[in-house]
Amino acid sequence: MGAVFVFMLATFIGLMVIQRVSRLLHTPLMSLTNAISAIAVVGAIIVSAGKDYPGYITALGLVAIFCSTTNIVSGFLITDRMLKMFKKQEKVAK
Amino acid sequence: MTAETLVQLLYLVSTALFILSLKWMSDPESARKGVFSGVGAMTLAVAGTLTGVLATGGTHYWWILGAFALGAAVGYPLAQVPLTAVPQRTALSHAFGGLAAGLVGTAKFFLYYGQKNEAALAPFIVVALVAEILLGFLTFTGSILAAGKLQEVKWIPQRPVTYPGQNASNLALFALALALGVALVLHPLAPWAPWAFGGIILLSLAFGVLLIIPIGGADMPTVISILNAYAGLSAVAMGFVLNNKLLITAGALDGSSGLILSVIMCKAMNRSFFNVLFGAFGQTTTAGAEGEAKAYKSDTVESAAMVMEQASLVVIVPGYGMAVAQAQHKVREVYDLLKKKGVTVKFAIHPVAGRMPGHMNVLLAEAEIPYDDLVEMDEINGDMPQADVVLVIGANDVVNPAARSDKSSPIYGMPIIDADKARAVYAIKRSKAPGFAGIDNELYFLDKTFMLFGDAKAVMGELARKLAGEGGH
Repeated sequence: MGAVFVFMLATFIGLMVIQRVSRLLHTPLMSLTNAISAIAVVGAIIVSAGKDYPGYITALGLVAIFCSTTNIVSGFLITDRMLKMFKKQEKVAK
Repeated sequence: MTAETLVQLLYLVSTALFILSLKWMSDPESARKGVFSGVGAMTLAVAGTLTGVLATGGTHYWWILGAFALGAAVGYPLAQVPLTAVPQRTALSHAFGGLAAGLVGTAKFFLYYGQKNEAALAPFIVVALVAEILLGFLTFTGSILAAGKLQEVKWIPQRPVTYPGQNASNLALFALALALGVALVLHPLAPWAPWAFGGIILLSLAFGVLLIIPIGGADMPTVISILNAYAGLSAVAMGFVLNNKLLITAGALDGSSGLILSVIMCKAMNRSFFNVLFGAFGQTTTAGAEGEAKAYKSDTVESAAMVMEQASLVVIVPGYGMAVAQAQHKVREVYDLLKKKGVTVKFAIHPVAGRMPGHMNVLLAEAEIPYDDLVEMDEINGDMPQADVVLVIGANDVVNPAARSDKSSPIYGMPIIDADKARAVYAIKRSKAPGFAGIDNELYFLDKTFMLFGDAKAVMGELARKLAGEGGH
């Protein structure tokens, strides 16, 4: 039950925090949350590192690590790339 | 301090950093801090997990390192795509996220099943496992298909694919998956359990396809947001299975982000959230082509330039046509030239302009247009009657007044940018064909509207030349 409580509270925090995100930044927001959802890497490591697990279990975990890592790397990098371009008026005005 | 306490502590800090990361995204000024804090959170999460498995005698470290390296090697080029391709990249990432969750769920089930571990397969865990693989694999195939549609891959139909009894057959398949799930919860160690589990995997792979094929390009912003939510929720389900609170919190943050964006996109398209959840959307009806008889008035770029120079407020409405023509840099030139002449220039951004939420803002930011001049639909509409000129660049449905007045129109009720209220309208359009929703746009037949036919980049380039004074005035 504790897990469900955590889920509910985290969802409320998420809803409140994200509602304040400016529409301007919705695309970077999505690539950022995309990287955050790669938290699945935690589960993938746990599955891969199991000591007496059969080989195919480890293999499934390793593929999952690979998938999550692509999201972590590309998600964070492209978010930063986009955010670097958002400039305020004063800096660009001629 | 035991290793377990250390792990929980690292997870706690990681959660806090994830929340801060999203909080900082609320303002462009602090948004980059948000990325750094996200990276920090992820680093702590990985460090904590490695500490945990190390303490419990984990193995395969070289293999794990290799998987990390390979993921980074593929992820890096994925982050370098052109910004028009950001929606495809995002969809592809959702696919990877869904696949990862699905695979971990599969691995856990077969591990417990192989161990005949009845305690580990308690009803709550099996429910979470089923939810994890359903959401995970559905997100995987659905996102691959969405990415394919966005990339306009040949073997994926761009137009919505619909057939009679679509919803009924989808529901029947869903009921079948549910029945298999219930059977699995009741008898997780039955000899047929692996087959039932495999059946659920196949069905959820099929759901992903079935959910996306009836959807057309105009609905893509909504679809991408929903897939985002699914990817997050599959991570939450994984957290339930592994009893890992960090997975639950981070997954919930991603899930709520997807949820909010989906709701915003639904509102912007005037679609009900219920419809979207059941995939019964995107079935754009093609209205009759009786609009042939109406006549467009076209004009020269030169006179458009003259009118704009005289204006005090010019509102530019960019659409996907601008993005595919890669015209944003030419738009920037026109923006600069008009500003130099003392004209106020604003951009009116419709929430679903582009192929994912906020996509148009990114494309304009790439051309270094200051974000202070990008105005949301609700804010700019009040100023439209004061606008001397509206310049519509490759946008159609988002400025179609039929959404306000014509009850028979497929876009009726969708909020639009009130371009028709401005004093004069110039519209750049590639051809005389109707827009994405397949309907004529009344705006283009108004007395004050002039069409500038041609590729958005070419027309904007010429406009910039005229404004720069090559026209000889």
